[in-house]
Amino acid sequence: MMKAKLYILAALAALGWAAPAAAHDHGDPERGAAVFKACKSCHQVGEGAKNRVGPMLNGVFGRPAGAVEGYRYSAGMERERAGGLVWTWDTLDAYIENPKALVSKTRMNFRGIKDEQKRADLLAYLRLFSDNPADIPEAEPTDVSELPNLSPEVLALVGDPAYGEYLSSECTTCHQVDGSDEGIPSITGWPVEDFVVAMHAYKEKIRPHPVMQMMAGRLSNEEIAALAAYFNGL
Amino acid sequence: MKLNRRGFIGATAGATAALAAPMVRAASHGRPKVVVVGGGAGGATVARYLAKDSQGAIDVTLIEPTRTYYTCFFSNLYLGGLVDLNYIAHSYGTLAAEYGINVVHDWATGIDRDAKTVATAGGYSIPYDKLILSPGIDFVEGSVPGWDISAQNEMPHAYKAGSQTELLRAQIMAMPEGGTYAMVAPPNPYRCPPGPYERVSMVARILKQHNPTAKIIIADPKPKFSKMALFQDGWSRHYDGMIEWVGPDFGGDKVSVDPGAMTIDIDGEVTKVDVCNVIPAMKAGRICEMAGITDGNWAPVHARDLRSKMDDNIHVLGDSCAQGDMPKSGFSANSQAKVCANAVRGELTGSAVFPAKFSNTCWSSLDENDGVKVGATYEATDEKIAKVDGFISKTGEDAAMRQATYEESFGWYEGITSDMFG
Repeated sequence: MMKAKLYILAALAALGWAAPAAAHDHGDPERGAAVFKACKSCHQVGEGAKNRVGPMLNGVFGRPAGAVEGYRYSAGMERERAGGLVWTWDTLDAYIENPKALVSKTRMNFRGIKDEQKRADLLAYLRLFSDNPADIPEAEPTDVSELPNLSPEVLALVGDPAYGEYLSSECTTCHQVDGSDEGIPSITGWPVEDFVVAMHAYKEKIRPHPVMQMMAGRLSNEEIAALAAYFNGL
Repeated sequence: MKLNRRGFIGATAGATAALAAPMVRAASHGRPKVVVVGGGAGGATVARYLAKDSQGAIDVTLIEPTRTYYTCFFSNLYLGGLVDLNYIAHSYGTLAAEYGINVVHDWATGIDRDAKTVATAGGYSIPYDKLILSPGIDFVEGSVPGWDISAQNEMPHAYKAGSQTELLRAQIMAMPEGGTYAMVAPPNPYRCPPGPYERVSMVARILKQHNPTAKIIIADPKPKFSKMALFQDGWSRHYDGMIEWVGPDFGGDKVSVDPGAMTIDIDGEVTKVDVCNVIPAMKAGRICEMAGITDGNWAPVHARDLRSKMDDNIHVLGDSCAQGDMPKSGFSANSQAKVCANAVRGELTGSAVFPAKFSNTCWSSLDENDGVKVGATYEATDEKIAKVDGFISKTGEDAAMRQATYEESFGWYEGITSDMFG
């Protein structure tokens, strides 16, 4: 949904109109601290937090489920741990919304929070007590990824090479504009269609390369078309 | 290579012209002036993109004291004997000759924000409409008791590449048989989160070849570090028994050194060592503090254009800025530079400003042909640059994948240095 808005912004920007900030509301940690009061009777978080009725919540983002040392988990949570459940923004969000829906027979006796904004606020607060990606780059995201969801009309758009040139600066950190291909492949002069197909294959995670999946994953179809048009002309 | 680049500039000229709105000229002096302080991954990139994309409409000055720039990234590979020093050395000749950037080899020593001028050690006063600071890091005084900058010959930091890197390499090669290399690792946040641990891998590599009974001790104030599982797995596969990591549970956060005696004291236990690589706590390059745009150790900036929160006419890139989730890396600085260049050019010439997009990938070498990486994408929110997605190499990847990642890191090095220096 937000991505669609970005397209419009991008299109306007291409016409020389500076794009303002896209609106974001992914949770306010201050409001989240107030929401956390309901959790406090069982959970501690912050400096010196210890396991109480429930496990302490420092470092919960990126941690496998049921993995706090010294805490005795329910069989249900142990099973989820064995099944590979990891606490991310998305899985925590689902768990807080309805604990027993995600983890059957969890001992967490909590009816859940139906209000999406409250959950976002709570997670933004808890996120403060996990690793910071600036220090440990592999730490869990602090923001929610917005996956593109496009209509056929947008798919039919022809790429704008000027926008492609701007976007290309992300590619040229690794791929050289002179077409050198040692260690990293050349992407100049490709037929537009081949370029578009390859980028979508990365975006859909069909082609396996984590950097390219990541880079293509957040490009809209229009942006891919713009890049294809630009690199085709080099 | 050069021929193609000319073709590239030619091709972009048309596209830019089609977009350009009427130019907003600076009130006082013809072409708008941008002064960039610092010629590393942030500064060189932003200078090059401003000059390239504005087609001469912006007067770009780059102030950088060194004539030959040694990249900090890949300097560990020099320590490990995988590249020679020349490989990481770059000049500013192309930026001056082909992009028309006024490259001033001098130290920026002061900023007058009211007059909008930069003073240099050479006695010049350089006016600007927009100032972009990308000075990298300086060290927090007193962060490692016993160490200060006057001890950097006995106990090198080698965290600004060049003579320090050469010195550290020479000291490693001169270690007695079975000697000890100690590293004092820095607290968060610091330049290049995996850097100290890649360095240990590279030091172990060279010692394994020349001095296989030598030992490595790392005293670390952090309980956890970037790519920890990958490094520890690599160390046990390549350098089993050679490396001892002492985290805060065992006193890694209570360290002092004596450069005269060449000893390191870890929580009361004093050890005589042969090389002591002290990487102190870090802060923004000092020019940021002198400009009065820091809050604590770093310079806070807005996420969308890296504009200082203290001064609308100053932008801060790379290690020096406090922007949010991006790690302090050359890749991050290069990524921020392009967003900043687009925004500054738009403000000065009316060109199109596109939405900010950021990314980072950090490759690390565990040994020759054994590379790992971690990366993420980021976007600008009202509060900060926020991480949205990422990946990290896995332990247990096969040798072919690790070799491909290793080779890819060289491809990236070629790519980013071309992107910086032309």
